[in-house]
Amino acid sequence: MSGDIRIVSRRAVLGGSGALIVSFGTAPRLLAQGAAAPGAQASPPPLPGSLKQTPFLDSWIRIDADGAITVCTGKAELGQGIKTALTQIAAEQLDADFAALKLVTADTAVTPDEGYTAGSQSMQESGTAILNAAAQVRQILIGEAARRFGVPTEQLKTQSAAVIAPDGRRLGYGELVSAELVHVQAAPRSFLKAPANYKIMGQPVPRVDIPAKVTGGAAYVQDLRPDGMVHARVVRPPSYGAALTYVEAAPIEKMPGVLKVVRDGSFLGVVAEREFQAIEAMRALAAAARWQESAKLPAADKLAALLMVLRPDDIKVLDRPGPGPGAGNGKTLSATYTRPYVAHGSIGPSCAVALCRDDALTVWTHTQGVYPDRDGIAEMLRMPKDKVRLIHAEGSGCYGHNGADDAAADAALLARALPDRPVRLQWTREQEHAWEPYGPAMVVKVSAAMDQAGEKIVDWDYVLWSNTHSMRPGGAGSLIAAQSLAQPFAPPPPRPIPMPAGGGDRNSIPLYKFPGARVLHHFLPDMPVRVSALRALGGYMNVFVIESFMDELAREANADPVEFRLKHLDDPRAKDVITTAAQRFGWAARKRDAAGRGYGFAFARYKNLAAYCAIACEVEVDRGSGGARMVRAVAAVDSGQAVNPDGLKNQIEGAIMQSMSWTLFESVTNDGKRITSLDWASYPILRFSGVPDSVEVHVIDRPSQPFLGSGEAGQGPAAAAVANAIADATGKRFRDLPITRERIKAAIGV
Amino acid sequence: MMILNVNDQPHDVEADPRTPLLYVLRDDLKLNAAKFGCGLGQCGACTVLVDGKPVFACVTPIALLAGKKVTTLEGLGTAEEPAPIQRAFMEEQAAQCGYCIPGMMMRAQALLQTNPQASDAEIRKVLEPHLCRCGTHMRILRAIHRAQELMKTARTGDAR
Repeated sequence: MSGDIRIVSRRAVLGGSGALIVSFGTAPRLLAQGAAAPGAQASPPPLPGSLKQTPFLDSWIRIDADGAITVCTGKAELGQGIKTALTQIAAEQLDADFAALKLVTADTAVTPDEGYTAGSQSMQESGTAILNAAAQVRQILIGEAARRFGVPTEQLKTQSAAVIAPDGRRLGYGELVSAELVHVQAAPRSFLKAPANYKIMGQPVPRVDIPAKVTGGAAYVQDLRPDGMVHARVVRPPSYGAALTYVEAAPIEKMPGVLKVVRDGSFLGVVAEREFQAIEAMRALAAAARWQESAKLPAADKLAALLMVLRPDDIKVLDRPGPGPGAGNGKTLSATYTRPYVAHGSIGPSCAVALCRDDALTVWTHTQGVYPDRDGIAEMLRMPKDKVRLIHAEGSGCYGHNGADDAAADAALLARALPDRPVRLQWTREQEHAWEPYGPAMVVKVSAAMDQAGEKIVDWDYVLWSNTHSMRPGGAGSLIAAQSLAQPFAPPPPRPIPMPAGGGDRNSIPLYKFPGARVLHHFLPDMPVRVSALRALGGYMNVFVIESFMDELAREANADPVEFRLKHLDDPRAKDVITTAAQRFGWAARKRDAAGRGYGFAFARYKNLAAYCAIACEVEVDRGSGGARMVRAVAAVDSGQAVNPDGLKNQIEGAIMQSMSWTLFESVTNDGKRITSLDWASYPILRFSGVPDSVEVHVIDRPSQPFLGSGEAGQGPAAAAVANAIADATGKRFRDLPITRERIKAAIGV
Repeated sequence: MMILNVNDQPHDVEADPRTPLLYVLRDDLKLNAAKFGCGLGQCGACTVLVDGKPVFACVTPIALLAGKKVTTLEGLGTAEEPAPIQRAFMEEQAAQCGYCIPGMMMRAQALLQTNPQASDAEIRKVLEPHLCRCGTHMRILRAIHRAQELMKTARTGDAR
C-alpha cells in the first residue's frame, strides 16, 4: 500500500471512462419512507434489508461495459469474514464467478450509507440488500437479452456473467448493461434462485482476506504507507476530564525529527518524521504536561451499590402481570448478579491515517461507521461534510466501539495542522486500555416463583440497572478530541437503545413461557466511567443472568437443566438448537470423570430476533488455585440460511472463547481517580493455558430462511454455560463477574 | 548507520540504534507482518526470529542485532508460494481479524524448526506469551498441527 495517495472520485473508482454509472443511486430519504396517508391504498411492501434506505440497484451492483462487476457494501470487514460472505451472495444471485467480483466496502465517497457495522446486522441488512439487488440485476439482464435474442426469458439461462440462448448465442453482462437498465429502484420482491441450486452460497468458501494476513501482505490501516507519510502520537490526560494547565512545547519541538506539537485546549499531540521520534517526543510531552484532575471513579467493591443509587430513567420493558410473586404457592427464589466494566481490548491499538489537502480531508480508519464518524469529524473541524471523506481500512478486531473513531478524530486534527502530509496516528497500548469506551457495568435483581408442584415457573420479575450501551459518534461530542478542544463539544446526552434490539435491556425478556413476567430497566444517564457498545451489549449480561438463574431454578425443581429449559419453551427452532447441542455433547450420558469437573448448559436467541445458539460445556476447577478452565464445548447455531458455514463456525468459536475470557478473567480497575488496568499485565485475558481441549460448532442450516445475525450470538450462552459448569463442579453459585480463581478459591474454602 | 540482515538480505538502516526493531521493519523496510500490539512484550503480535529464536521486536533495539539474522513472516513464503506454516493457516482458515496471527506463526515456526514432533501440550506452552482477542485459538492450534504434517511431507526437507 505504499505510493502516492490519490484522492479519487467515485467515478474514477468505479471504472473510469468505461463505466456506465450515471449518478449515485441514493434516493432522498423522504421517498424511501413511503408516506401513505391513513386510509389510503396499502403501500407496497417495504424493500428488503438496506434497500429500504438505498433502493437503487446500481448503488449495490455495478457492471462496466467491459464486464467488470463491482459490488458495494456500506459494511466493513472486521475480521468476521463479511467480504467473503457478501461476495458469495452476489456471485450466486448474479450467476457470476466468485473470483471475478470486486467488492468495495465502507467509504463515504463510494458506498451506500449503512450506518454502523454492528449488532450482528451485516447479513440481515447488507446481505439481504445484495441478495435482492443481485437477483434483480440478473433478471433485468435476462430481460434485455430476451429482447435482443428475440427469445422468451424462460428459455434463457445465465452462467459466468453471461446470458445464454437455447441455440448457444451468448451475451456477457457487460454487453447487455446500460446505465438506464440498472439505475432503477429495487422491487419489493425478487426472483431468487432455489437454495437447492446454490453453488456458492452455503459453501465454506475460503476467506478472501486470509492469504494476505498470513503472508505479510498489506491488510490493515496500520500497513498504509503513502509517500511523505509522517508519524504522530497524542498525549492523553491522566484521568477523565483532566485539564491541561501547562506544557512547555518549545524544547520538544527542537527534538530530532519533530515537525510540530499541536495543542488545542487539552488536546495535545506531536508529529515527527519517524515513528520512534514521535514516540520519544510523546514521552517528553507527557512528562512536561501539567494537568488538573477532577475525576472520581467508583471502587470495584462499591460499584454495584453505586449503580443502584444513581438517578434512573425507568423503562418498562415487559409487563405481563400473571399471578404475581409468591402467588404460585410454590417456592420463590431471588438473586442479584453483577458485571464489571469490560474492555474491548483490541490487540492492535487504534490507528488512523489522515491527509488534509486543498481544504478537503481524507481519513483512513478502522471505524465501524464511516458515515457517522465522518459527520462527527466534520462537525469537530467545522468543515462541510462533503469535504470530509472516510475510507474504511481494517484494524485489528474491535468487538464494538473501541478507540477507532477517536483515533480517526485525533489524526484529523493533527493532519489539519500539517496540510499536504499524510499523518499516521497510532495509539499506545496504555491509551487504548485507558480511553476506549468500556462495556458498561450492570446489576440485575431477579426473582421467580414456582408452581405448587415445584416443576414450572409461574412468575418472573427482573430488574436491571445499566448505563447506555452506545455513545457512538454521529456528532462531534462523542469524540475524545472534540471534548478536549479549547472550544469543546459537549458529549451528547446518553440515550437508551429502544427494544426490540435494546441496549442494557437487550435479551432481558426471557424466551421462556412464564405466565407472569415483568422486566424493568433502570436506565442510568450518569456515567461514572466512559462506556459504549461492547459485543452483544446487555445481551451478554442478561443471558448470563437468565441462564444462570434457570439453572438455579432447575436445581430447585430437581430437574435436568436441559429438560427444564425445553419444558418452558415453545419455539421449535429454539428447541432444535438445544437438543442438537445436548445430543452432540452427550449431555444425557455425562458423568464426571475427575474430581473438580462440572457441566453447564445455556441457550439464547440473540436479541430475541437473531441467531439461536445453545452451548454445552465441561469445566475443570483446580481446587488448589481456584482457577477454572473450559475443557470442552459443543455449540449449535441456527442463523437462518447459512451463507458460509465455516465463517459462521469461526464466529461462534470466537464468541465462546472471548466470552469465556470476559467471564473468567476480566474487569477494568481504577484507583478512585485514574483507570489502572492499562496493559495486559493489569488487565489479564485468556491465554493458551486456559484454552479448551476441544470446541465444536454445529450449524443448523435453514435454506430459504432469512439471514440472522450471528456475530454476537454466542457471547451470552457461553458465559452462562461456563458459570453453570463451575456451579456444577463446585456446588457454589457465582453471581458476580468475573468468576476469577480468587473468588472461586474463597468460595470453596480450600 | 548499521547493516541489518533481514530475510537473508542486508539493509542499510539509518535509525537511532535505540530504535526497537519493530519500527525499522515496518517503517524502513515496509514489512507488514510484525505488528504493533503493546510495545511492552506482553502480547506477542510483533514476534520475529533472530538467529532462529523468537523475540519481541517491539522491545528489541536494533543496536543488539548487528551480525544477526532477522526472519519475519515475509521471509518464509508468499501468498502465491506459501511456506508450510502459511499454507496450514490458510487451509485451516485460522484467522478472524488476523492481527495476532503472524506473531503466533513465527513462534510456532521456531518451535517446529527445533522440535518437529512437538506435542499439543508443548505447542500450547510455547504460545503462552501470545494473545488472541478474536478467540481463534482452536484454529491456531489446528493450523500448527497441520503445519507439522506439511513440513513432514515437504519434499525439499528444508526448514521452511
